[in-house]
Amino acid sequence: MYRYDEFDQDFVKARVAEFTDQVERRLAGEITEEQFRPLRLMNGVYLQLHAYMLRIAIPYGTLNTGQLRMLAHIARRYDKGYGHFTTRQNIQFNWPALSDIPAILADLASVEMHAIQTSGNCIRNVTADHFAGAAADEVADPRPYAEILRQWSSVHPEFSYLPRKFKIAVTGAERDRAAIQTHDIGLHLKKNAEGELGFAVYVGGGQGRTPMVAKKIRDFLPEKHLLSYATAILRVYNLYGRRDNKYKARIKILVHETGTEEFARQVEAEWAALKDQELTLPEADIAAINAYFAPPALAARPEGDEVVKLARLDSKSFADWVDQNVITHRRPDYAAVTISLKGIGEAPGDASDSQMEAVADIADQYAFGEIRVSHEQNLILPHVARADLKAVYDALVEIELATPNSGLITDIIACPGLDYCALANARSISVAQEISRRFASLERQRDIGELKLKISGCINACGHHHVGHIGILGVEKKGAELYQVTLGGSADEHTAVGEIIGRGFGPDEITDAIETVVETYLAHRLDRSENFLDAYRRLGPAPFKEALYGGEAKAA
Amino acid sequence: MKVLTANRLTDGEAIWYAGARGWAETIAEADVAGDKAGEAELEAAGKAAFANNEVVDVELIDVELVDGLIRPVRLRERIRAAGPTNRLDLGKQARTAA
Ligand code: SF4
Repeated sequence: MYRYDEFDQDFVKARVAEFTDQVERRLAGEITEEQFRPLRLMNGVYLQLHAYMLRIAIPYGTLNTGQLRMLAHIARRYDKGYGHFTTRQNIQFNWPALSDIPAILADLASVEMHAIQTSGNCIRNVTADHFAGAAADEVADPRPYAEILRQWSSVHPEFSYLPRKFKIAVTGAERDRAAIQTHDIGLHLKKNAEGELGFAVYVGGGQGRTPMVAKKIRDFLPEKHLLSYATAILRVYNLYGRRDNKYKARIKILVHETGTEEFARQVEAEWAALKDQELTLPEADIAAINAYFAPPALAARPEGDEVVKLARLDSKSFADWVDQNVITHRRPDYAAVTISLKGIGEAPGDASDSQMEAVADIADQYAFGEIRVSHEQNLILPHVARADLKAVYDALVEIELATPNSGLITDIIACPGLDYCALANARSISVAQEISRRFASLERQRDIGELKLKISGCINACGHHHVGHIGILGVEKKGAELYQVTLGGSADEHTAVGEIIGRGFGPDEITDAIETVVETYLAHRLDRSENFLDAYRRLGPAPFKEALYGGEAKAA
Repeated sequence: MKVLTANRLTDGEAIWYAGARGWAETIAEADVAGDKAGEAELEAAGKAAFANNEVVDVELIDVELVDGLIRPVRLRERIRAAGPTNRLDLGKQARTAA
């Protein structure tokens, strides 16, 4: 993975020193809250319901074991023994004291991490496919380009005060696991007919109050033009983005109001002035960054098939876990493993300090010291020899992280919601927990099949509810929590925004409502091969409405 | 009825204004204002503490008395006063359980 060079290290250290001074001055009363607030936000420090919250960037979701151990250390020493992995591949700590944050940032800097640009109207952490470098269907590793974008966008003087926050995601496979069409810029790394690398460029996707699917404005951008083209997009946005209205300030609104064709024309015009100049990426530079992401030396381990076969016969729970949480690697002797942070009845995305440490140990022993954070709030071991899967499984059982539910209905994305978040209207975690318990039976989950359920505690949509096959949005009505259900969303290469199915449900009704939706799907699907989303697309909302509200309509 | 709440500057701890006893870490100890004059007093205390860099996010919130105990009207404030509903071992609720 990428290692800081001297420049990076000095820059991060200087920032820690600067913010340490700012915190000291704030605590001494030398600067006011109005003055301090933008400074703390630039360094990832929010104020939530119970305490401050520190959001730490995990670039493109890639961690080494030293970094994960440091996160465990921070959780134990400065927080309350756990951290929360987010849908942006970041981690949040929910209880740090402001007076401890300088020490936390210094600890982070010692393992090449920071919290810069995890807030504010700037280019945020660039996210990528969590199976990057491992997936069998990948054209090329998207992370070197995410790293190039990270370097370019870090304290970029022109793009530090954009109309609104700006999120970029990159994928290197046809099958989109990075939800690129829900981002301000989505990049699909691919090869053209000549075998050259480049990107399909999507712009103007986003969730929140006005969900939009990104529009493709270029089918193939040669890789060397990545930065000049991104600069052109950001310039058009910086110039014309709506600074007058916070709710209309994201690029999605600009693209929508301008029209995709006209927007693309403006970008191309801007690009014409930038192209083939200093922002062109020299081949040597791309190669140098690529070298950081060279895969580990994956020795042949042909015994894997036999070992897995025998272990499966021996243990049904191991077999279930392999079937659900292990995916094909580009090397046949290897596999990529999803470590579910969605234990039945647990808070999605939370991991304790000792779990983080144990995962780091497992990764050191069996996975070349590499860990990923997925936007679905799980951890990934990208390279595990099939021959070691049983050992990894046994170690995960020990720390209660072997729940075999990847991609199933209990693999729920949920934002922190009203249990932590100052902006929330309703709780998310408690809803996730109850649904998880209701569908605890693995047999039942597997019968239901692939189903992405996503929950947000307010319209900001951090829990991606708009693009859940089933989405749940918490709102406040007359002082009480109410949950709106959307159906038919998806965040893959066929991204779609879900449709609101009808009136909302109270906290004590929502799990029943979800069960009704699921039972309706089971009753109407053609057979097991038709998953929930396909069935919904075929059937439309009518049978689900009938099942949820039919009685009411008749009674009325 | 209202009480005055804020987060302590140094560590972000949720706190409530308890008059002469300063700022309390649990809502049970808060001073309750029953009329406009009482609210004005609380507000003035909050402004002073904010200006003095002791607290941030100062707010007057609606409460009611249930069996003699102060209970915020909004769920948000009830969760602030207790802790995350999924982790009874955290927040203020952890103290009373202990
Ligand atoms: S969706 Fe709303 S409630 Fe949930 S984390 Fe985001 S801002 Fe908070």
